[in-house]
Amino acid sequence: MIGIIKYQAGNLASVSNALDRLHADYIVSDNLEELEKVDAIIFPGVGHAAAAMDDLRSKDLDVWLKNTKKPVLGICLGMQLFYESSEEGDCKALGIIPGRLKRFDSSKAKVPHMGWNKFESVKKHPILRGIENKHFLYYVHGYYAPQSEHTLATCDYIEKFTAVTNKDNFIGVQFHPEKSGQVGSLLLQNFLDMVNSS
Amino acid sequence: MLTRRIIPCLDIKNGRTVKGVNFVGLRDAGDPVELAQRYTEEGADELVFLDITATKEKRKTLVKLVKDIALHINIPFTVGGGIKSVEEIEEILKAGADKVSLNSAIVRDSNLITRASDEFGFQAIVAAVDAKRRANRHSWEVFVKGGSEPTGLDALDWMEKTEQLGAGEILLTSMDRDGTKSGFDLELLKAANNRLSIPVIASGGAGTIQHCCDAVLIGNADAVLAASIFHFREIEISDLKAKMAEEGISVRIINN
Repeated sequence: MIGIIKYQAGNLASVSNALDRLHADYIVSDNLEELEKVDAIIFPGVGHAAAAMDDLRSKDLDVWLKNTKKPVLGICLGMQLFYESSEEGDCKALGIIPGRLKRFDSSKAKVPHMGWNKFESVKKHPILRGIENKHFLYYVHGYYAPQSEHTLATCDYIEKFTAVTNKDNFIGVQFHPEKSGQVGSLLLQNFLDMVNSS
Repeated sequence: MLTRRIIPCLDIKNGRTVKGVNFVGLRDAGDPVELAQRYTEEGADELVFLDITATKEKRKTLVKLVKDIALHINIPFTVGGGIKSVEEIEEILKAGADKVSLNSAIVRDSNLITRASDEFGFQAIVAAVDAKRRANRHSWEVFVKGGSEPTGLDALDWMEKTEQLGAGEILLTSMDRDGTKSGFDLELLKAANNRLSIPVIASGGAGTIQHCCDAVLIGNADAVLAASIFHFREIEISDLKAKMAEEGISVRIINN
């Protein structure tokens, strides 16, 4: 059973539809007791980092998320909130992965980075099984995570940034697998397979 | 490298697609979900659904349709047509749309852009601008209500303002070219892209593959939108993308 975190900044319908297409069981919840019972977490997110953090704090989800040992897949803003802080609203985030989110330099190219882009694998990981550098994924974001030792894959737009990140039980993807066609479905299936085999 | 996007547009009336050829293999050419799935399989990068129904009951039908589309389509899609308030935007986004396009409503109340952008994120807010060349030929005026009402607004100034107010993308339709199949208004596209730092979707005038290439190579459009050339299968999305790639345009080729 997957628990999708319910909060203000979630693209909840997109993620739950994608899980429906994969015939996965899930709940959408902001209730800590319910979330304690699931096998893994999907932490979606679109919108503004500071507003999202406020909403998580008001539900005590920030502390719970940071301390959970369940596999967590953060998507887009969800992934970004794993980091320590963001230039967006100059806010503190969850602090699971070291680093600070930066804004793309809009004097160099259009911001947001919106559309289909490839990624470049840096380290092997079961979440990326079958996904290759030639594949395209759908991105929409104005802020990015710089590369670090936790980067599994990078994407190149204005500069190379972290497309996929991993630390302990936390996996984050900057793109939207739920909107990235067959390749995105494959990544979500990889996550489900990882959860089922653990 | 970020690819340029190809976006088929589906006109929706009472929950059904308007016009369009009977695709081989489609049971029902009027079913937006089936057509959308077909476009997705053929390599569309995004889809736009424009509701042209003018009745009060339309919202319910539209929301139901958006839910149905979201369940079946695994690429991003935008919904537009008569959306007027934060509540209506929320309803459409919660039903599963990724973006809404706003047109007449933001001309009446430009702060709607900011309210919506703050609430749902700028990536979800598309400013749709219908622009018509002025008699002096070197500027364009914004029209609303399906192109029937002039506003007196300069299109380039207006687009810049929507960006400042929080729009994440511009859907720019040349009224002079719309429906003519004589090519995009490249001068308008170039001027818009020089002014703006958010993505611009070129719309109005697509008739040939070369027109679409020109929109990117000359107009510097981030995305190309078309309706009838895809509906009537005059151009296959896969052929269009193959040709664009030959011309050196970065596009997403699937089937790999």
